[in-house]
Amino acid sequence: MKFGVLQFPGSCDEVDALHAARRVGDAELLWHGERDLKGADAIVVPGGFSYGDYLRAGAIARFSPVMESVITFANDGGLVLGICNGFQVLCEAHLLPGALLPNANLRFTSRQVQLDVVESDTAFTCACGGDRDLRAEGHLSVSRDSIVEARSTLSIPAKHSWGRYYADEPTLASMQEHGQVVLRYASGENFNGSLDDIAGVLNEQGNVFGLMPHPEHAVDELTGSSDGLCIFASMRMAVEGTHSGSGARV
Amino acid sequence: MSDSATFPGLDDALALGLTEAEYELICERQGGPPNQVELAMYSLLWSEHCAYKHSKKLLRTLPTEGPSVVMGPGENAGAVDVGNGLVCAFKVESHNHPSAVEPFQGAATGVGGILRDIFAIGARPIAVLDSLRFGEPHLKSRYLSSLDEGDRGGNGGAGARSRYLLDRAVAGIGHYGNSIGVPTIGGEVYFEAPYEQNCLVNAMALGIAKREQLVTSAAVGVGNVVLLFGASTGRDGIGGASVLASAELGSADTPWADNPPGGYQDEDSSVDKRPTVQVGDPFEEKKLMECSLELLERGLLVSLQDLGAAGLTSSASEMASKGEVGIDIDVANVPLREADMEPFEIMVSESQERMLCVVEPTNVAAVLELCEKWEVGGAPIGTVTDSGQMRIFKAGQPVGSMPVRALVDDCPLYDLEPVKPEGTPYPAPKALLSKDATASEILLALLASANIASRRPLFEQYDSVVQSRTVRRPEQGDAAVLTIAPHGAPAAADGVHDTDGAVPGIAVSIDCNGRRVAADPYTGTVAAVLECASNLACVGARPLGTTNNLNFGNPEKPHIAWQLTEAVRGLGDACRALQAPIVGGNVSLYNEGTSAGPVYPTPVIGMVGELPDVRAAGRSGFVRAGDAIALVGPFAPSLDASELAKLWGWELPDRLPPIDIDAVAGAQAAVREAVRSGALSSAHDIAEGGLAVALAECCLGGDFGARVSLGEEFFGAEGADATGREAGGSGISPDSAVALFGEGSGGFLVSGGEDALRALGASVPMWTLGSVGGDVLRIECLTRAGGELIELSLSDLDQAHGALAELFA
Repeated sequence: MKFGVLQFPGSCDEVDALHAARRVGDAELLWHGERDLKGADAIVVPGGFSYGDYLRAGAIARFSPVMESVITFANDGGLVLGICNGFQVLCEAHLLPGALLPNANLRFTSRQVQLDVVESDTAFTCACGGDRDLRAEGHLSVSRDSIVEARSTLSIPAKHSWGRYYADEPTLASMQEHGQVVLRYASGENFNGSLDDIAGVLNEQGNVFGLMPHPEHAVDELTGSSDGLCIFASMRMAVEGTHSGSGARV
Repeated sequence: MSDSATFPGLDDALALGLTEAEYELICERQGGPPNQVELAMYSLLWSEHCAYKHSKKLLRTLPTEGPSVVMGPGENAGAVDVGNGLVCAFKVESHNHPSAVEPFQGAATGVGGILRDIFAIGARPIAVLDSLRFGEPHLKSRYLSSLDEGDRGGNGGAGARSRYLLDRAVAGIGHYGNSIGVPTIGGEVYFEAPYEQNCLVNAMALGIAKREQLVTSAAVGVGNVVLLFGASTGRDGIGGASVLASAELGSADTPWADNPPGGYQDEDSSVDKRPTVQVGDPFEEKKLMECSLELLERGLLVSLQDLGAAGLTSSASEMASKGEVGIDIDVANVPLREADMEPFEIMVSESQERMLCVVEPTNVAAVLELCEKWEVGGAPIGTVTDSGQMRIFKAGQPVGSMPVRALVDDCPLYDLEPVKPEGTPYPAPKALLSKDATASEILLALLASANIASRRPLFEQYDSVVQSRTVRRPEQGDAAVLTIAPHGAPAAADGVHDTDGAVPGIAVSIDCNGRRVAADPYTGTVAAVLECASNLACVGARPLGTTNNLNFGNPEKPHIAWQLTEAVRGLGDACRALQAPIVGGNVSLYNEGTSAGPVYPTPVIGMVGELPDVRAAGRSGFVRAGDAIALVGPFAPSLDASELAKLWGWELPDRLPPIDIDAVAGAQAAVREAVRSGALSSAHDIAEGGLAVALAECCLGGDFGARVSLGEEFFGAEGADATGREAGGSGISPDSAVALFGEGSGGFLVSGGEDALRALGASVPMWTLGSVGGDVLRIECLTRAGGELIELSLSDLDQAHGALAELFA
């Protein structure tokens, strides 16, 4: 299982994502100017400020050479995870429905947030629900002291200024019908004013997922939380076929 | 270009901030009057900012050597050994005057500048901290008496400008740090009237490098190529030099007064001279940083230097001086943002996001290729020579030539003429708290005061977790704690590990209570250094090195000279005692408002320490119900220059009680070892607002209440100190006021099991105060004069402590 983590000029969290992915599998950085995905089984579009986020967050990155390949990869059913700026890029690329608007408070805001896992039967959350010990099940490649327990509520940092999720009503209705609202901010945690407390959304096919909070910054208790690890572990399970959830065609 | 412009005279030199004697010395060194380019370059390099004319002799008295020091003052940043072949580079720098004019860009470019200093020596920036000072924000507090309408004044009312400066400076720091992927992990902010017209914006950055990959700025190798890379060069930040292009040469106008090229400011500046402030572009800097680090990683550079104040002039001259060589630069090869820039403009431009490097001729193509990869501009603009001269050309035609030694080393240094003033030059603050206030009311008022209230509304605007190193975020510990593990590596896997699984880390703190320094520059500065070391001790870190930013008024005034002299003496004494030598720093003088007088003397201290294992890093908040609480250390509280004294409207005293530095250092060592051993649940240093505020902070930090009793033995045989007796009011006894709210160095509030505390008490003074639990903070004072009782719920404390939220609503 190999993750490819995109790297744009202005990416900030790509190395964090790389190392988070390496806790559950192999991972490699993919340079924005190249089209070769180097055999990656899943793609992570990381956080940061791709191309300075000039024009509009994610608006330029979607036209990069590597994104051409990622769009094809996604259309062929490959797993794509977009985190923060990556979520914005995936929305700009129309791989995900809706858009991210400036936070309601109009400020960059950094906070540890609690997320409710709404759909635990997707390629990105199948390891999150219930009471599973991911390490015991062999889904973590690194041995660590802290036990990673699967959770239905995740504590993960969020940090952004354009994180207010928005979709028009028909889109939202369709998303709900197809189980595409995967993560919601827990009660009182929606600091950016996202519609319907939406924190993470899936495409209709179930193979492209975007979220504003940063699971790659929640992979070790030492730095605050390891709850984000289940997102990466889920992707590995989905790729390796140990998950057969209805939400993902992989 | 007319002849008069080519050969400016004495009037122009004066307008550029040089003295007549300095101008004559320049003429002598040059063998005749300097031309336009030469005068521009001399005036910058001989400015206070570049030459440290008034501070260099003092700075030479500071301790700069120690076993951990890898790179001391003189390079772009200092560096200390943190083990495993790695070093931590760090430095603090000011951007006060640009921030007073345009706070967003001023603060943003301040962060950009200090980050360049870090990667200029080959270290990857891993953290930013900031130290901010503004005038009173005049919070609308229910805990403090409201201001008269008259005090609210015009232009949006009292505090409006301070609020604006704070809001925009915080946004600017966040804009730059967040966008570039370097976490802002700590900082401090104080609000005091003397900063009303001259805010302070200091930024500190840390970086990690492999020891053998450190690079210096010394230009070496005659025939090597001098290559400029990064952003193109424009007219930003050269408002001052325009005097040379102006037809009205020699007017009394001093255009550098507001935005001098190095932070130098004339005290008579006026706000209507809105200057050109540099504009930062974090995206450009992000690319520049990655490009620089990859160039160094591949071994393509001989030396590297960032362009900051005084632009190419300063960078090239410093590189030549350190390498004891000459440099030829042809300005026609400098990529420009605007056509038709004069040679002197190109040489003094302060356009941001630029670096200068020396490259062997065979590597130039590879360097330019890498610049192309990162989409940053790159152009060879000169060569290293053996002439000992800085020679400037325009398309091959010489336009200026100066001996490097004259430019960099020959600026005269001045002796200060310190005189201790009679009484304090600072007016007493307006009283905001009634003398009738009870202990509970005082505690709430202090928690809600601008200097003590939670900084959460500020630090929530900063990314504190990017790079996956942050073990203690703001308000989790007294100091920020980071793992050392290389960029982005998992903190507890694949990183730097000892065999027993320990995860080594560093801790960092930045601090300075300017009011205490104003009351007593020597003792106040000692207290600032000790405060940083106490913060480190509370997370379990031992100091390795210190950086400082001396923010003072006009040193030509005797009482400012005295403040500066005393502060540097205190800085040296404290750093020597702690074995935390100074590895770098910055001086910002002439911080005076038009009418408000000088700022409080503010020697901002940044200190870096090491932890053998961050898994044992201390927390400041209470952790466990049932834990015992104790006060540890040689704590001798006094209301002198305290926050309560300020709320009561007291004038500053002209001294502080002396501090036994070694006793405080001993307590720090005891606390540090107890934290490292894991014996303590929490450790928090007692600072502004005294013991009661520290207790409240521990409660709020851990979401636990506490029951505490201060018995008669706590007040000692002598009772409270003399200042306490002035506190006489109907609301609180003098003894209680001093015990609860008095401030001083060397006090720690710790919690843990009773056995652990008893063990700690064997090596350091200790009073057991009570225990953790419940959702109420209850403090009982049993003095001879009777007693005092504070009983407040966590939600009451929290509400008061959240007072700064209004500033960002």
